[in-house]
Order: sequence, then structure tokens, then C-alpha cells
Amino acid sequence: MPKSLTPHLAKLKDEVLGYAREFGLDFFETVFEVVTYDEMNMVASYGGFPNRYPHWRWGMEYEQLSKGYEYGLSKIYELVINNDPCYAYLLESNADVDQKLVMAHVYGHCDFFKNNFSFRHTNRRMIDEMANHATRVRRWIDKIGVEKVEDFIDRTLSLENLIDQHAPHIRRNPDPKRAEDEAKANERVEGFKVGREYMRGFINPSEFLESQRKKVEDEKAKAKKFPERAQRDVLYFLLEYAPLEPWEADILSILRDEAYYFAPQGQTKIMNEGWASYWHSTIMTRRALKDDEIIDYADRHSGTMGTRPGALNPYKLGIELWRDIEERWNKGRFGKEWDECDDLRARGSWDKKLGAGREKIFEVRKHYNDITFIDTFLTPEFAIEQKLFVYGFNDKRNSWEILDREFRKVKAKLLQGLTNFGQPIIEVIDGNFENRSELLLAHKHDGQDLKGDYARETLKNLQSLWRRPVNIVTRYDGKGVMLRYDGQNHSEKKVDL
Amino acid sequence: MSLKIHQDHARFKAIVRGKIKANLRKYVQKGEMLGKKGKDAISIPIPFIDIPRFKYGHKEQGGVGQGDGEVGQTLGPGQVQPGDGHGQAGQGEGEHALEVDVTLDELAQILGEELQLPNIERRHNEKIVTQRIKYTGINTTGPESLRHFKRTFKQALKRQIATGTYDPKKPVIIPTREDRRYRSYKLQDLPETNAVIIYMMDVSGSMGDEQKEIVRIESFWLDTWLRHQYKGLESRYIIHDAVAREVDRDTFFHTRESGGTMISSAYKLCRDIIQADYPKSAWNIYPFHFSDGDNWSADDTRQCIDMLKNDILPGVNQFAYGQVESPYGSGQFIKDLREAVGDQTNVALSEIADKDAIYNSIKDFLGKGR
Repeated sequence: MPKSLTPHLAKLKDEVLGYAREFGLDFFETVFEVVTYDEMNMVASYGGFPNRYPHWRWGMEYEQLSKGYEYGLSKIYELVINNDPCYAYLLESNADVDQKLVMAHVYGHCDFFKNNFSFRHTNRRMIDEMANHATRVRRWIDKIGVEKVEDFIDRTLSLENLIDQHAPHIRRNPDPKRAEDEAKANERVEGFKVGREYMRGFINPSEFLESQRKKVEDEKAKAKKFPERAQRDVLYFLLEYAPLEPWEADILSILRDEAYYFAPQGQTKIMNEGWASYWHSTIMTRRALKDDEIIDYADRHSGTMGTRPGALNPYKLGIELWRDIEERWNKGRFGKEWDECDDLRARGSWDKKLGAGREKIFEVRKHYNDITFIDTFLTPEFAIEQKLFVYGFNDKRNSWEILDREFRKVKAKLLQGLTNFGQPIIEVIDGNFENRSELLLAHKHDGQDLKGDYARETLKNLQSLWRRPVNIVTRYDGKGVMLRYDGQNHSEKKVDL
Repeated sequence: MSLKIHQDHARFKAIVRGKIKANLRKYVQKGEMLGKKGKDAISIPIPFIDIPRFKYGHKEQGGVGQGDGEVGQTLGPGQVQPGDGHGQAGQGEGEHALEVDVTLDELAQILGEELQLPNIERRHNEKIVTQRIKYTGINTTGPESLRHFKRTFKQALKRQIATGTYDPKKPVIIPTREDRRYRSYKLQDLPETNAVIIYMMDVSGSMGDEQKEIVRIESFWLDTWLRHQYKGLESRYIIHDAVAREVDRDTFFHTRESGGTMISSAYKLCRDIIQADYPKSAWNIYPFHFSDGDNWSADDTRQCIDMLKNDILPGVNQFAYGQVESPYGSGQFIKDLREAVGDQTNVALSEIADKDAIYNSIKDFLGKGR
């Protein structure tokens, strides 16, 4: 069971807390709990939450984490939950220097959670909410049976990423645009506003009113095709229109809630990890480190920052970008004059001594997410300095290789990987496809094909919720294809796009 | 908290077990699994425990990396990690299926349940206790041979920095007596029951690669089961054509000889090994013999049978003979054995036509529970 801080750890915490405030970090109250390795692995398996609905995949996570630890491959140092108050976990057996590092890192995260716009609409009482979800699921298990509930969760998890990742927040009510459109339609049928009654015939002649009426009617007929516009929140669409049992709908809405809660963390991974790393290194090296702790600190810090060629370390990329921004705004390396200067020597020694770096990064941490962050602040100089490259798989040689170091390609690839959290964009196009209550989805193809076997398995799961045949339009090798699963068989046919 | 994750963990394990069971027949036939065998565990690909989603294949997607290297340079194996923002997602290229580590012991249990194998009745239960060293941590004292160099130097570095004697320009670090760190250990007692498997295989010209592969796969499963029944199992390997010799495991599976076949030579060697090293009063003994059923002469076969009846069978738990079908063999030997010793309780005879037959053959061998 987690323990609260020992007097010694509490003292360390007060110290680090003081430094964090001194540097201007702004966070919710942060509660640290002390746990053993095993407890850490457990909490981590539940995504940081002490209470989660029962499901085998947490067990799988736990198996992988504890094995990783046993083999000495990985060890979780820090874990923090976006909640008010924030909760964070400290490993019981860690040395003081590690505890301080983790605390400083955690305050960085908490500051980010509180201030970054992506998190503004997240549930800050998620700990309670998760516990409620757990209770609800358990109740259904008691009623319906564990096999059925777990099986339904398995199938729903398969659709978990089909939310509107970049929606500002979860939408619970029917599309507000729909109500707006209806109001507009009424207006049109009644004609323009008429100030004086005798003018009506002139302003709204009957032919005009008739044509307006007809237009509205046509639109309504068209609207029978639902959804009216492509719906990215596939889970929401299913909640509204799929023939679900009450317990199924309840579980689906739980999983959708949780998916929305976690979405901002996926969208700000580079910024958030970079921000926390920036602050742990600043706080540790400028304030909290004692002389005899430097080696252990450096060991730990460089361990976190390590890179290998075929993977991007968000901690490393993030911290370097934050430092780069700070330096550029300190030295005035931005704006028209800087952009237009192509004298290398002048650029190299450019320093307007603005000292605006700190202020700038605080502003950036508020208004950006990974996509806009990379899009705005990744510079060619930075990409060269950080040795970024694009890699891909070479089928002929059956190996991964470096494809390109050109700035624009690196940036485009990075952004592509971040768009929609690196997931394909899928929309509901038609809930009454070919007037047979079939479901039609579309994959907005951006140059990458869907993984075929996974797509077919996912269609199966989707079909089991929709209970009628389901279809998805996508592209393979540049050609339009519609995959279909009717409840028994998979099929596919060519379509023109 | 602890209770909950253990429930979920148990649930996960039950699912994995179910998947392994459902696919066991396939796993049994496959030789590739043997290659992945670790010391005590084996990793098994489980189809679709990974939750399917609409997603991109990592190979199609590629990504951005960081580091030195020219364009066109190959990234080494293990360097590329699917960039799934979720962290722990998959392992390396195992994209299709999750790889799960299963201990051999557990695998044996599953095998036993699925084939409904009876537990072996042990003839001997004498326990021999062996001791094993387990390294448990770091100590400030200990024998020099157990000195932990990295920790020692780190300690020295810390001390030098703390006392201000560290010079970054001349980074020489000299550990003193107090800096030394040692691995500490505990001795654990391990009880063992003795058992030995004596594998014999005909490696004459008529035994082709496919036949040997079958033997290899089958003996892996026999091994696994017996190891599950007896902690502390020894294995000996005999190959023979016209003469027999004892070899190590690797040679056993990879030798190809030509020439005739004198099965009696192997049985003779087997008998001698038992007499020399494995007194029947203290050991559970399992001679397993594989051949394609062709022997040199009826006379030699008679010798084999005599030896079995008089010397081998009386002292062993079970003698098993597996006849692997080959295009060259007459397959006569199993008939002779069946006639002569087929009714003995501690004899198991099995014909293995192809890889598909391994599954049932295991049952022939182990189904008697001896």
C-alpha cells in the first residue's frame, strides 16, 4: 500500500517545491506517495490510477513491466496523474538525488497539465471518475457475467482510437451545429424579416417562399442520410445509433470518456516530457544538487536523454527544443530581420541580448500542442544540430535505412507522425449505406496504407456493435478499395475515389 | 491495490494459456519454437491478443530518427522501434502477434492437460540436495573475486568529488579500501529427484533431414515433460550407424553418417552407460530410441531383443521406440519389437509418419505415466 512521505522526504519535497515556485512554475497541489517497485508496476499498469475497471490488459501491462524490471531493461522512475490535486509516485528505495529529480520533473508536468490549453477541458477529478467507472463496470460484471463484459470491452477497445483526437474536448450533447441549422432553415421558410406588414408581398413573394420551402425540404431529405456531415467521433456515433444494450452503451461511454481524457497527453508528449525534463535539469543543476550527487544525477539524466537511431526520444527532442527556443528568444534570433539574414557569420554571432527566452517558453507551453510546437519552432539549424533524419523500410534489402536528412522532409515526417496522434483519420460517412442500415466509414488517406489484417479484425469488432454489415473505404497501393465485413465474411471491392 | 492487479494478471495469464492450448497442436509440429528456447522459458507468439485497431503498419509508415549516419545507411537490428506514442505497445517487429514468455514448466503443464498425460509414477524418490548461489545485492565486504568494479569506481568518483580531489582535466580515479563494493550472495538448497534420458538415434544414410527434424521436435517435448516431472534431469545422447558412440546434444541432432545400421551397437552402449553411471536403485531411467526401422540383419535384431529383455527393460521406467517413416526404410524393426516385447508394461512403441503425427506420438510415449 502506498505510504505518505517520511519526514525526510517531506523535507526534500518542501525544498524542491520552493525552487519550482521560485522559477515561476504554477501547478495544482501535488501529492506524492511512496511505493515499492511492485506497487509502482501495478499503478503504472493502470495508467497511474489506483482504481481502474477490471480487465486483462492491465495484467498484460503488469507482466511486461515487471518482466522488464526483472531483466533490468526498464525501471519506472516517475509517474504522475493529471488531476487536481496531482498525484505522483516515488520509489521507496530510490536515493535522495533520484527523489529530488523525480519531484522536480513532476512539478514540470503538473505545471504543464494546469496551464497547457489541451488539458483545459480534461476532467480534473479523474481519479474519482476512474473509480466510478470501475464500480460501474464491476456492477455490470455482477449482472451480466465477466466473460460477456470483458468480451465487449475487448471489442470496444479495438475502436478506442476512433474519437475526434483534436476536438477541443469531449462532446456530450448532440451536435450543436444541427440545432443551429434547423433554426436557420425555419428562418428561410418564413422569408426575410418584414418591418411593415404591407411590404411582405414585395419582400417575400410567394414564388420565392415556395422555392425556399422546396430547398429546405430537399435538404431535409438529404439529411435522412445520416450523419449529415462526416463524423469523426465514431464512438459517439455508435453511442447514438448502434443498437446497444444499456450495459453496452454504458461501457462504451466509459471507454470513450477515458479515451478523451488521455488524448491531450498523446498530443503533447514531446512538449510535456521536454518541459518536465527542462525543469528537472534546471532545478537540479541550479539549485537542488549537492556536490556528491552530481555523478548519480548525470547518470540518471543522460539515461533518460539517450537516443538510438531508429526511435525518437520525446524527452530528448523536447528538452532540446525548449532550450533552443529559450536561446533564440534570449538572443533575438527570430523575426523578419533574422529570417532574411543569410550571412552565416552574422547569424552565428547574432545576439541582441533580449533576454526574453524564459518568458517566451512559458507562453509557448500555454498555447501549443506537439503539432503546432514542431511546426512553429523546428528550425533547419536545429534539425542539423540534433542530427534528425527520416528513415524507412527498404523492402529490397529487408532492412531499415536512413532515407533523408533534408529539413523539409524531416519536418513533414515528424508532423505526419503527430497528426491525429499518428493514427489514421477515420470518419463515419453513412449510417444507412445503400439504404440498408449498413455502416460506411472512410479513411482519409494521407499516403500511408492501413495495416490490412488489423483493419479486417477491427471491422469484425465494429460489426459486432453495429450488428449490420460494415464497410470502410480506403486506398491500397493508390487504388480505392472498400473493405466489407457482413458478420460472416470479409470481402473487398474496387471503388473509384 | 495489490489484489486487483493480481486478478487482472491472473486473467491475462488464463487467456494466454487458453490461446496456447488452442494452438498447441500447431506449436507441437513447429520446429521454429525450439530455436527460441531460452534456459527455462520459451517465447510463443500468441495470435491476436494484441488489440486490433485501424492503424498504419510501421513498415509503411517509417519515422524520424536521431543520430549519425549517411543517407542510405542501414539501421541495425533492434535500433528501430515502432513509434507508437503509447510506450510499451509492441516489441520490435513482433507486430502480428504478441510474444509471450512461457516457462517450460508451464508449457509442460499445458501439454499434459491437453494430451491428458498422467503424471509419472516415480520409482525412486530419493532426494539429492544441491546448492545454488544466488546473488542478492551489494556489500562493502567480500572476497576480491566478487568485487563489483563499476560500483567501486563510482563510489571512488563520488568520494573524490565530495572531497574536492577530483580533477576533470586529469580524471584519474583511485579507489581506496573503503570504496570497494562486492556482490553479496546467499546459498539456496535445491532438492532434486534423479532421472536420466538416454536418447538414441539412427544416423545412417536412410535417416534424412526431415526425419531428424521430427526426432528433434519430438525429443524437445519429451524433454519438456520429463523435466516438468523431475527437477534435475540428465540427458545422454547416443548416435549409431553400424557402430554407436556417445555425443553431445548438438552433435546428436546434426550428424549425418552413411553406412549400415546395427541397432544392437546402440543398445549395448546404452546398457553400459546405465551400468556405469545410473544404478537402478537411485535413478529413474528413460531410454528413447529413434530410427527408421531398418536394421542390418535379423540376427542383429535378435541381439537387440535379448539385450532389451535381459539387461535394459528390468531396470528402466520406460523404454520407448519411435519409428520415423522414411522413403528408404522397410520399417520392420517396430514389428519385431511389437512381437517380442510389445506386451511389456514399460515399453512404448510409436510410429511417426510425419510432423503431424508428432502430437499423437507424444501421447504414445508419455501416456502410460511411467
